[in-house]
Amino acid sequence: MSQTRTLPHSGAVGVSRTGALARYAMWVALAAVFLLLPYVFGSRLALSTMSLMGTMIVFALSYNMLLGQTGLLSFGHAVFFGLGGFVTVHVLNMASSGAWALPLPLFPVVGGLGGLFFGALFGAIATKRAATAFAMITLGIGELVVSSALILRRFFGGEEGITTDRTEVMSFFGYSFGPQLQVYYLIAGWCFISIAVMYAITRTPFGRICNAVRDNAQRTAFIGYDTNRVRFIAFSLSGLFAGVAGGLSVINFEIVNAAQMGAVESGTVVLMTYIGGVGNFAGPIIGAILVTWLQLILSDATQIWPLYVGLLFIGMVMFAPGGIAGLLAMQGPVIAAGKLHRVLPWYLLALVPGVVAVIGLSIIAEAMHQFSIRAAYGPNITLYSMPFDVTSPWPWLTGLALAAAGIWLFLRAGRLARDAYDEVIAEGRTG
Amino acid sequence: MLEIILVSALNGVLYGMLLFLMASGLTVIFSLMGVLNLAHASFYMLGAFFGFEISRRLGFWPALVIAPVLVAMIGMAVERYGLRRVHRHGHVAELLFTFGLTFVIKEFVEMVWGKLPADYRVPSALDFPAFTLFSTNYPAFRLFVLLISIGIFLALLLVIKRTRIGLIVQAALTHPGMVGMLGHNVDRIFMLVFGVGVGLAAIAGVIAGPILITQSSMAMLLGPILFVVVVVGGLGSLGGAFAASLLIGLVQTFAVAFNVSLADLFGNTAVGAVLSVWLSDIWRVTVAQVAPILPYLLLVLILIFRPRGLMGTRDT
Repeated sequence: MSQTRTLPHSGAVGVSRTGALARYAMWVALAAVFLLLPYVFGSRLALSTMSLMGTMIVFALSYNMLLGQTGLLSFGHAVFFGLGGFVTVHVLNMASSGAWALPLPLFPVVGGLGGLFFGALFGAIATKRAATAFAMITLGIGELVVSSALILRRFFGGEEGITTDRTEVMSFFGYSFGPQLQVYYLIAGWCFISIAVMYAITRTPFGRICNAVRDNAQRTAFIGYDTNRVRFIAFSLSGLFAGVAGGLSVINFEIVNAAQMGAVESGTVVLMTYIGGVGNFAGPIIGAILVTWLQLILSDATQIWPLYVGLLFIGMVMFAPGGIAGLLAMQGPVIAAGKLHRVLPWYLLALVPGVVAVIGLSIIAEAMHQFSIRAAYGPNITLYSMPFDVTSPWPWLTGLALAAAGIWLFLRAGRLARDAYDEVIAEGRTG
Repeated sequence: MLEIILVSALNGVLYGMLLFLMASGLTVIFSLMGVLNLAHASFYMLGAFFGFEISRRLGFWPALVIAPVLVAMIGMAVERYGLRRVHRHGHVAELLFTFGLTFVIKEFVEMVWGKLPADYRVPSALDFPAFTLFSTNYPAFRLFVLLISIGIFLALLLVIKRTRIGLIVQAALTHPGMVGMLGHNVDRIFMLVFGVGVGLAAIAGVIAGPILITQSSMAMLLGPILFVVVVVGGLGSLGGAFAASLLIGLVQTFAVAFNVSLADLFGNTAVGAVLSVWLSDIWRVTVAQVAPILPYLLLVLILIFRPRGLMGTRDT
């Protein structure tokens, strides 16, 4: 009963012939993008960033199997990412000492099996309850595993973690996987396979029953499904793909430690998935790319970047519960009606004060940070290429004025944009 | 031995009562609004840092009053302008909102006070040993914290059992829908209860700050234990929260006091020789070292054997 339906439905069920064609075209396009990206962004930094993004896409999609598809809010998902990574790293070390002959591209499967095993183990406990209690249990399991990891040193390697060397296993058609480019293609390949399999799962009867459990567990039970069992299978499968992501992470970084199973990592995947959009299959992909990118550029620019990501998340929860993908999907009918030109000016009108508000808020936050913590570095900072002295009232007044004016105008323009959108949609219904 | 037991019992009850100060607010908020406030421990942390800042400028006693009131006001604003807005998107959105709040509050604290522990000291008026148990001097401040927590517990009990608002809260524990049907201003009650709830957490922060460490990670360390308390006690049950608070307080303090490991138990016996090979990782780990795991182990055990918690009645 408390399982109120909040998540918009993903995709249409009926597929016309042109729809099916478009769908295949989409997969071919995705594969082409994965193949061609290194030719566009070829630098070493870009390659390692894209490798990280590929790993995070798999991780965020596996999380959305729970949150978006089955309506289970988990706060301990990084456990399966980390445990998958630990299993991979141990098997990798055994393989490089000659115990098994297993080429590197198969190791994400090892991670996946590890994730599946632990997903089934903890899922058997956690999925006995739903909703809030489930969220608390996953939180508890996360804490349990992380604090045990610091005691069980042989398996988890204490605080330093466990390292490995990916080039020492059996060679794979002459590829050593030493260069980052080869690692990128390995990760991109597995990312593509995982996306395709997870998408296929949402199209199966099982995927549909997961949605039914999310939307109305009681009615699903009435038509004869064991909802706990559906949740259990979804949880285990989600553990499997989180394990694959963990395996990819080990191959990419050649190290894994207990902190990667912790609350911070679990929180990051919640942020990614939700900011991207839980109601749409593509949402977590967008979220994983965006948040990884934000982490990289913001952590270069400012020390208090998690504050901005946190505020972005709260803003999304309050104003756009469908996430970025939800906002984009809302434009679908408008584009189909060919009336995008009627709403676009209003969006741009709202965007300007929105940017002003963000600038104002960030000036206040940075000035406060400089004033309290970084006082030893002196009172002068440069924000948006303007020098400020944080002991004078100017940065505070500027920030406050910009933020207040920006927010007020943004809310007004937002309402206008909303009206314009509603009008176009209403016309589409009647006309 | 008796000394260890007595001192541990006192400390355990103290820790348990502090936990209950927070768990009570959390439970009432959950029962009434159906939302588990994940940011509850963050408000506790805000209380500790406000208490630290105010007691540095005005003294400890004003801080004990002002800090919780400030935090309660922040809490009410959060409920009025944040949670109420999110409410129509459902429970998952509400949970996620409070989850986002934990991030923002933690970052805010780090932005203003930094990541290092704050120098929050016991007020000098209470910085003396209250009594001596065998050879241990028991600090007066700890006794004061214990008395305050018990005092608030009794006051809370009186409010809930004897006043009109308590009656409504009590009714809402079991029949949340009916209370709204009877025409009470549910919105205002929500706001008030949220404010009072986080205010109680802030009191816990002000008085626990000098004993435990006041730093930006304190919410993350305590939060999960708090949720263990409410799940073990049974979601929505005040009595259960009380029992679970004391239980976890005592378990953790007693575990820390005992330095026994498997190696000590089995020693040089034949069984010991076999076990030490197979359990090499945990062979020399003492009970004190596993203390942080115990609450979560308890959580898992409770879920296996009594999924609705010690005194839970509602299945949520």
